[in-house]
Amino acid sequence: MMEHIPLNFPFLAAALLAGVAFYIIIFKRNLIKLIMGIALLASAVNLFLVALGYRAGGNAPIYTDVPPGPMVLPVPQALTLTSIVINVAVLALMLTMVVHIYRHTGDIDSKKSRRLKG
Amino acid sequence: MRQVVGLILLLVLVAFLVWGVLVIHPFGYPPSDMDDYIIENAQEETGSNNVVASVVFDYRGLDTLGEATILFTAVTGVLLLLRTRKRREESS
Amino acid sequence: MLSKIVRTVANQLFLFILIFGLYVIVHGHLTPGGGFQGGAVIVSGVVMLLVAFSSKDLQKSLRERFLSIMESTGALIFAILGFAGIGTVFFYNFLVGTSIFGRIPPTGPNPGDIWTGGVIPLMNLAVGLKVIAGLSAVVLAMALFSIGEEIEE
Repeated sequence: MMEHIPLNFPFLAAALLAGVAFYIIIFKRNLIKLIMGIALLASAVNLFLVALGYRAGGNAPIYTDVPPGPMVLPVPQALTLTSIVINVAVLALMLTMVVHIYRHTGDIDSKKSRRLKG
Repeated sequence: MRQVVGLILLLVLVAFLVWGVLVIHPFGYPPSDMDDYIIENAQEETGSNNVVASVVFDYRGLDTLGEATILFTAVTGVLLLLRTRKRREESS
Repeated sequence: MLSKIVRTVANQLFLFILIFGLYVIVHGHLTPGGGFQGGAVIVSGVVMLLVAFSSKDLQKSLRERFLSIMESTGALIFAILGFAGIGTVFFYNFLVGTSIFGRIPPTGPNPGDIWTGGVIPLMNLAVGLKVIAGLSAVVLAMALFSIGEEIEE
């Protein structure tokens, strides 16, 4: 069983993942790499949400044949489920938009396809 | 110039995130008043063994309605964007 | 289109994947799972069929009209189940106590009983239909777009 983990290590891992994702979003110019950075940010937020609801030595919050002991909090898991589905939907839409940008301008550099053609 | 501003912004952001993570509750002992009520009373009020399913569909059903709407809108948007131009040439 | 061994095995395996996905959806109020998770399992089976057979052959079996009707039915059933308990609040669990899915399980750990749960198993089925139809349409449209054709009516 996990006793008192020093320095809140799982939260720190989620914050560092978010830091790497922000580095990709700020400094990279290829559109596909930007989308990968956004997906990494989504994974960091999901990890943080699930780690918030952990109770030391707890079991899954389901009453079917559960061993005795405390239960983990159920509300952060419900919020993570919603977050995963929304991220999948938004990622699919972003990828089709990148396909359209490539078809119309022939380039996926975010500095060159910046102006709206009118 | 843009690189320097970006680097300062990134360092400020990461420092804020790491500081914020170190001052919240210790890992494994969360404050849990609402969740204690839900774990105690979910079997009598909703009648299901799965507490997470009863939170998603009964205690917080409005969030699931919004999520179903987002899924529907995203699927419609993707199917709208992935059409080719064959019909315009045939009709004109 | 891959070789004949792959096509035969994919045909037989899709049935087992379908049964497992439906098991995860229907037992959503007893074991971990539910509408979204079971829908994702079945969509992974459809993607396996898409890889084994070419997307042009799969388009003859999965028409866009059928998928659109399935998705709209799922969304409509979910909204109607939300409005049906409007006497108390919006999204009220009006089936607990009596009639169809209304038994109440004993408190504490117990082996599960399927006829419990109130309105939750019906909502699981509606969301499962919606996820299957939506994600299969997206995957099929992307596969057809990459070879230059579009999804037909």
